[in-house]
Amino acid sequence: MEQGQNRWTDERMDNIISLLLRTGVILSAAIVLIGGIMYLVQYHHLVPDYRVFRGEPTTLRHFGTILRGVGTFHSRSWMQLGLFVLVATPVARVAFSIFGFYKERDRTYVLLTLVVLSVLLFGLMER
Amino acid sequence: MSLLLFTLLIWVCSLAAGLLGSLTGLGGGLVIVPLLLIVFKVDIHYAAGASLISVIATSSGAAAAYVKEGFTNIRIGMFLEVATTLGALFGAYLVAKISPSAIAIIFGLVLLYSAYMSVRSRTSAPSSLPPDPLATRLRMNGVYPAIAGPTSYSICRVPLGFLICYFAGLISGLLGIGSGALKVLAMDQAMEIPFKVSTATSNFMIGVTAAASAGIYFQRGYIDPGLAMPVMLGVLFGSFMGARIMPGTPSRKLRIIFDGAILILALEMLFKGFTGKL
Repeated sequence: MEQGQNRWTDERMDNIISLLLRTGVILSAAIVLIGGIMYLVQYHHLVPDYRVFRGEPTTLRHFGTILRGVGTFHSRSWMQLGLFVLVATPVARVAFSIFGFYKERDRTYVLLTLVVLSVLLFGLMER
Repeated sequence: MSLLLFTLLIWVCSLAAGLLGSLTGLGGGLVIVPLLLIVFKVDIHYAAGASLISVIATSSGAAAAYVKEGFTNIRIGMFLEVATTLGALFGAYLVAKISPSAIAIIFGLVLLYSAYMSVRSRTSAPSSLPPDPLATRLRMNGVYPAIAGPTSYSICRVPLGFLICYFAGLISGLLGIGSGALKVLAMDQAMEIPFKVSTATSNFMIGVTAAASAGIYFQRGYIDPGLAMPVMLGVLFGSFMGARIMPGTPSRKLRIIFDGAILILALEMLFKGFTGKL
């Protein structure tokens, strides 16, 4: 029934997931590092104070405004973009699993994975 | 202290945490929050935010390797992630509702428990329980590469494991940690999954669990890029080095050192929580 070369197996899915995770982490670390270097060059002399929680400025809380900051080479926006890429990595892994389980014709797991993806997207939704 | 020195010191400490966490299998995220809180006087919300980020980085990085080795059971992981992500959302929501002192006390207890789980013997008693029919229906039973060759395993008490995983997710979202010890409890103890499969699958789930609370953390302003940057890069680099230096079982001495450090941090967190010195 299944053709040897197009067979979609758990093993193949494992390999793609592995590649996806590695790419996401490396990309994110690279962006954070670029932002981090800009940040330290600009502000190395300041005295940091994290004793009291004030919360981040709203421009660093939302994806849209962070992208705008990246355009103007704002260092903290660059680092925050890298962190967003990092968070998106497992989300992309889950999204890919839907495709993988669909290829394996495993309807139960397509459904379960859709539930997980919905919870993730609900968490990331702008409020 | 200047920002440059502060950042470098946090980077070095995070690197050490990631290295030890990877060598002992406990994960570096566990000690980041108490470290930032006690040594660097960082507010608990910022500390949890930076820690959550480092947890996603190490979990995804390590999962990439584990998945390829064939220990990870993606079906079990996916099924239990329904529970952990729902728990994580609720946990992240709770952060703003609970006082920092209460969070510190819960953190201390989780640290104590993790240290205990780490010293406890790993040989699980042979199962007398029948495999759960639900596990069979969900195609969770699997095969893993043991030393003696491919070994098949079956799974027990799926509902109990699911429930513990919801709790593990809640703790992860509340404290900004991976709560791997609780996930291993659900899989290794409740569901009687082989230890290697449990740890690999738990690690696979940690990133997705933490990603579920990350959105709320971002929007509430818990994630400060200037602080998360050295923590993430340090822990990631440290755990990468750990995986390179010494793959396989860690030495007993190293484990005792790390457990000792966790115990001290646990007591410190409990003390801070009870005296309200936060």
